[in-house]
Parts: sequence; C-alpha cells; structure tokens
Amino acid sequence: MSEEVRQAVAEAVGRYGKERSAVLAVLRALQKRFGYLPMHALDEVAKALELPLAQVQGVAEFYSFLAMRPQGQYRVFFSTCIVDEFKGRAALQERLCARLGVPPGQTRADGRVSVNEAACTGLCDQGPSLLVNGWPIARLTPESIDAIACFIDQGVPLEEWPREWFAVQDSFRVRGLQLNAPWRSGAALKRALRHGPEFLLRELEVSGLRGRGGAGFPTAAKWRYCREAQGERCVVCNADEGEPGTFKDRELLKHCADQVFEGMTLAAWATGAQKGFLYLRGEYEFLWPHLEQVLRGRRRRGLLGRNLCGLAGFHFDIAVVVGAGAYICGEESALLNSIEGRRGTPRNRPPYPVTHGLCGQPTVVNNVETFFSAALIALHGGAWFAQAGTAKSRGTRLFSISGDCAWPGIYELPWGISVQEALELCGADDALGVQVGGPSGAFVGPRDFHRRLAFEDLPTGGSFMVFSRQRKLLDIVENFSAFFAHESCGFCTPCRVGTQLQLKLVRKLRRGWGTLGDLQELERLGQVLEASHCGLGHTAAHPVRTTLAAYPEVYQAALREIDFSPGFDLDAELETARQLTGRFADHLAQE
Amino acid sequence: MPSFALDGQEIVFKPGQTILEASIAAGHYIPHLCWHPKLSPHGSCKLCTVQVNGRLCSACTFPAADGQEVISASEELRQLRLRLTQMLFVEGNHFCPSCEASGQCELQAMGYYLGMTDGHFPHFFPRREIDASHPEVLLDRDRCIFCELCVRASRAEGKNVFELAGRGIHTRLVVNSPSGRLGDSALQAQDLAARVCPVGAIVLKETAFRVPIGRRRYDHKTIAEVSLEQEAPLVRAHWQEANHE
Repeated sequence: MSEEVRQAVAEAVGRYGKERSAVLAVLRALQKRFGYLPMHALDEVAKALELPLAQVQGVAEFYSFLAMRPQGQYRVFFSTCIVDEFKGRAALQERLCARLGVPPGQTRADGRVSVNEAACTGLCDQGPSLLVNGWPIARLTPESIDAIACFIDQGVPLEEWPREWFAVQDSFRVRGLQLNAPWRSGAALKRALRHGPEFLLRELEVSGLRGRGGAGFPTAAKWRYCREAQGERCVVCNADEGEPGTFKDRELLKHCADQVFEGMTLAAWATGAQKGFLYLRGEYEFLWPHLEQVLRGRRRRGLLGRNLCGLAGFHFDIAVVVGAGAYICGEESALLNSIEGRRGTPRNRPPYPVTHGLCGQPTVVNNVETFFSAALIALHGGAWFAQAGTAKSRGTRLFSISGDCAWPGIYELPWGISVQEALELCGADDALGVQVGGPSGAFVGPRDFHRRLAFEDLPTGGSFMVFSRQRKLLDIVENFSAFFAHESCGFCTPCRVGTQLQLKLVRKLRRGWGTLGDLQELERLGQVLEASHCGLGHTAAHPVRTTLAAYPEVYQAALREIDFSPGFDLDAELETARQLTGRFADHLAQE
Repeated sequence: MPSFALDGQEIVFKPGQTILEASIAAGHYIPHLCWHPKLSPHGSCKLCTVQVNGRLCSACTFPAADGQEVISASEELRQLRLRLTQMLFVEGNHFCPSCEASGQCELQAMGYYLGMTDGHFPHFFPRREIDASHPEVLLDRDRCIFCELCVRASRAEGKNVFELAGRGIHTRLVVNSPSGRLGDSALQAQDLAARVCPVGAIVLKETAFRVPIGRRRYDHKTIAEVSLEQEAPLVRAHWQEANHE
C-alpha cells in the first residue's frame, strides 16, 4: 500500500501544486482514493508539501468529511438538519443501517459501507436527504432506502445507479426583480469597463446592496476599502452555505453561476484584484464540474484570464476551492485560513480581511448572492435595484423556505416582507413558529409574525424554517444546540466548552428532568458564550434565548417543581456495565 | 502620548501595543492564561476579556487606541472569568492534590485569584492519552487547556513540535513525529516549548517536588502579583527594544 500511497500523493501534488494551500485538496483526493487518511499518507503529504506532519494532521482532523479511520467503499451521510429530522431522518437511517447490517458511525466489517450523520446538507426543501460518496439523494422514502441498500450490498458502482436518484429539483418558487431580469454574459462587465470603477462603485452605493451572508455590511464600502488598501488584492466568494435551512446558493450556482462569476470579476475590476477564489462547501461538491464548465466558457469568451475583455493589464481568474465539512468555514476569516491550507479557525479581528485577508493581502469576501446581485446592479443600475425593499434594506433577496409548508423552495422577495406574508406565500397556516436566519438567527412565534424580514427588524441570511404546531419546541432547541456543539471549532474556551454544557442542559430539560435552576444556568451560559471568539459562539445561545422568549410556558411545563435535580444520569452511567454483564434489571431505573 | 482609561485609570501606551500589553507594562494586571510576553498573542482562553467602549474584547489581541474606555475589574467580568476557569477545569482531568504542577500552575492560581470554590459545571471526564516516551519531558494531555503556548513557542523555535488537531470538544494536542510520540520528536528539555506550559500538561521529568510545597510560585503570591513581577518587565523591555530599532 505504501507505494500506492506515495504515487497517489505525487499525483495529487502534481495536480494541486506544492503550495501549502494545496493541502486540503490533496487530502480530499487521498480520502476519495483510500477511503481514509492513514498516518503514513499524511506523512507523505507533509514531505511533499514540506509541512510539519502535525500541521497536516491538524488540518486533516478538522473536517468532518476527512476520516482518520477506514470508511466504507460507500460512504453515506444523512443530513441532520431539523427539517430533515422532522421528515423522518432517524427512521430512514435506522432502516438503511438495519438493511445493511452496519451500526451508525461504524464501517461494516467487509469495508463495504459506513453510515454517518452530517449537519444540514442544503437540501431541506426536498429532504430527507443523504450524500453517498459526495452525491446527493433527496426525497428519501422507505422504498428508496431499500433500493439504495440493495445497490450498496451488491456493490453496484455509483455511475450505474439510476441518474434520476441524484436529481436535485429546481426550486425557484417566486421570481422577482432579479431572477426575472434579463442577463447576457459579459454585458455587466462591459458596461462597467466603459464607465470606470468609480461609476461601478457609485451604482453599488445607489443600490444600497448589503452583504447577503447575514451580517449586511454595505458591499460598495467593502469594495472601496479594499481598493484603497495596499497589496495584492484578492476576491473570494463564500459559497460555504452552511447555515441549516439555507439552500439559495445551491440554486444560484446551478442556474446563475455566470452572474456570480461576473460579480466577482466586477469586484476585481473595482478593487484591482487579479486572483479570485470560490470556496464551495464540501456538501455541494456535486456542483463543482458545472462551475468549472461555466468558468471555462468565460475564459473562452475572454471574460476571465489575461487582458480581460481586451483591456490591457486587466488580469483576473477564479479557482474553485472545495471544503470538507465544517460550518465554521463559512465565517470569512476561517474560510481564508481554510483556503490557505490551515485549520479553519476564525482569526482575531482587527485587522479585517478587507485589509489583511488571504495571505495577509486586502481581500473582498462576499456571499454568492451578493456577487449575483452586484452583477445585476452593474447591468441594470443601482436605482433599478433600490426600487424594492426598505430604507435600510434595499432590493430583493432569496429566501430559502423549508419545513412544514406546502411549497418549500426559493422565494425572491423584497426585504421588508412580514413573516406572516412569507408564511402565506409558502402555504403554512398552522405555524408554531419560524426559525428566521437558521439556528444562529431567531425563533419567531405567532406573536411576532407581523415582524419584518429586514436589517431593521429581523436580519437573515435567508434561512426560513417553518414549524407546525405538531412539532415540539424542545426538539428544535436540542437539534440546534447539538449543531453548535458539533460545529464549534474548539479554538476558544467559552464556545468549545459552553456549547457542550448548553447541549447537556437542553437534553436534561427535554428529558423532563430540568429545574428552574437549569433555566437560570442556561441564561448565564448564554452570557459566557457572548465572550466567544466569533459569531458561532456569539449566536450559539440564540435557540434557547429566542424560544424562551417566544414560549416561556413550554419551558415552564417541562420543569420539575424543585430548584435542583442532578444532571447525573444513573442509567447512562450503568449502561456499559449492563451491556457487559447482560444484567439489565438489577438496578432500579432513575426516576 | 496616547492613552486609554482602564477602570478609570489612565494608561499611557505605545502605538502598536495591545490593551493587555499596555496595561501590564503600566503595572495593571488583567487575568490571562494563553498569553505570554515573548510569544504572539492568540486570544483563545478569553480570560483577558474586557469591555472596550461597552463591547467584549480580548485584551491580549485588541489594539490599544487613544481615548478607549476599558473595563476589566467589574464583578460581571470576574464572574465571566470564573466561569471560563471552571470550564477549563471540568473539560479536562485536573486533580490538583496529585498534580506535580500544583502551586506552580496558572490555572490553579487563577482559580484562587477568582475565588473559585468548586467546578460548578458537571465534569466531562474525557479520555486522553499520556505520553511518557520522551526521556526528559512528560506530556499529560489530561491537563491540557489548549492555550497553544507550546505550539507557538515551538513554531518560534523553528521546531514545530506541537500542534492542535481535531475539532471542537475533540480538539487535542498532537506531536510532530511519524509515531506521534514525544520521544521521537525534536523537543529538548531546554526548549521554551517544553517549559512554557501554564499548567501541568508538559512537565520536565525528575523535577517534580524539587521545589517543595510551601515554596512554590503561587504559594504566597497571587497570579496577579507574579505576573506583574515577572511579565511586566519583559513587556517593557520588548517595547523599549522595539522603539530603538
């Protein structure tokens, strides 16, 4: 095997280069080839890239999709997004595991298959879903699970599985200003080139476009700061769409990649950047070939490359970098670290990426949708865009609507629409509440359905998950708490430990063992989490806080009537001993 | 000279200094665990969290600026630091009475300084590996608090012996050698990386109890006093040198 490993490393390094930044791509290639990353393979990578072995190991162990132990020839990941959970993920996964005779999280003895869980894979408009060797299968049913089990058992190569299984349905439900606007590849760029960068930046200012990732920083200002900073500037598109319940980037990259790349090229023109990267989340690997095809087309038409559009000295090209399963890499500075081949932990700020970004150089990092909108604004003008929306939230945006509604999908709506209006549009009339902005956003109950989706009121990266009255609030809170605990990068104390403690307390409440003291403890934990290093930690307490505000009575009803009950779970502690001895009835259950 | 207010007291600073550097150089202690005057700041333990113009910031990485209002000595921040210290205790396996670092340990001293009387949170009791393969240095991961001081020190020394691997609560300290063992690494007992550990995770062998209990670093002085005695002169010297260059 070691000769094979050496050869595979040499091949991968030949393809991705010897730079430190190649490490993630090389590791992904080896993972694909061998099903895991044995230490001697990491050692080969370290030698080839001239990195300390421990640093390669540090990167390898950071990502969910890279494994240090042998995985199955078929590697299955079920999406554990709460929307998929409510559509029966657990039962489907159990069914697959039972059919295949493999416990979850383990690899079958013959090495055929392993079944794991992953955070939201961005298919909750058509869940439940899974990924098998990176390929998505949506709209799972018990029947499709049985068929999948059959194919895996018989070892049918993935290429021979029915193509339609891997179909990701188009899901634009409502098209507005932007999705209906005419588009001609290169037209926005040519218009911008005719009028100069200052004109483009003014158009963006007039449009009022703010970053679509969630934070809402004015795009024109970001580009301007980068333009004014000194160094080798860089443009990065954040396509690490990891917020559970968000899938707009999936559709944008499928149908509007040309606009997105043109938006990036406009940013390069405005700032003077020559290098561009699109960081694609590992879960969307299936979009990669399509993106490369669009890039090739743009190069062919002179819209990327050297002397772009015939303008001497305007050089810009874009490379796609694929992630490997880490929500935190959606945080812009963590994303930059990941591109550089480092562990995806967020950086200290200041300095900000706009002056000290990729490799310390001035960098514009924008969301997929931001670049998409910027391209349309460059073509149709800032005033055209600004006609929709509210005073501080101009234009329309794409909302990813999922959960308990008749028509889940992408809705292009003007900012300022109320939660109630959105619920009516998607056909949800019995909502317990809506999670606006994903787990890091807010849970909005009926009392607040009049509130507006806008930076002035309820800011959001576009995730809009609807929950009907049949759903249990604490199930939602537990799922989100588990998500944060799983995705915490571990860099800072409050988030690394606090998200775990929060999960323990929420589980205790959900089991019906919680007390008033636990509720107070949860609130205090939320305050500690505020001292975290980045947005993940800052928002990790939102699920508890916002549901507690909307439904205090649900929490009250789950409490015991004493101030304190121990977190110690006798049954859980005895479980190993009981399994070993086979004596299950010797101790009284804890009650 | 530019200055900021730390708990109402004027701190004069040199441009480029962080809030923590400026404060310590001026003789005002701000609690910290992952910061060391000779190494680049990191901002991970969050013990040095202060309020800067009302916002929570890590004093060790946040640049000092003229006119800032910095609050460090509030009861609210003491509570926060206490909880963070307790978190560090419960996520690892820290048995002070049997630990040879007792009395020399910054985590323990921080606990005393903040008035910690219990762990407050349920213990995690993680399973972590001990590495005794090195002839002179012992690595007891049970006591590691992921401050990365050894990582940064070893990087600065050009040896890269230590790194963090894993993610989240599964983060762990790994050693740069094909076997993953300390004995096969380039670490030497005289390296800063072998001596910078603020807790008892990396300890020198055959030195335990050479300094008897009762005469250890924190037996008669608080962590604040020791920091101002030992770290403040280093910060001052560093910035004096920087000015001469």
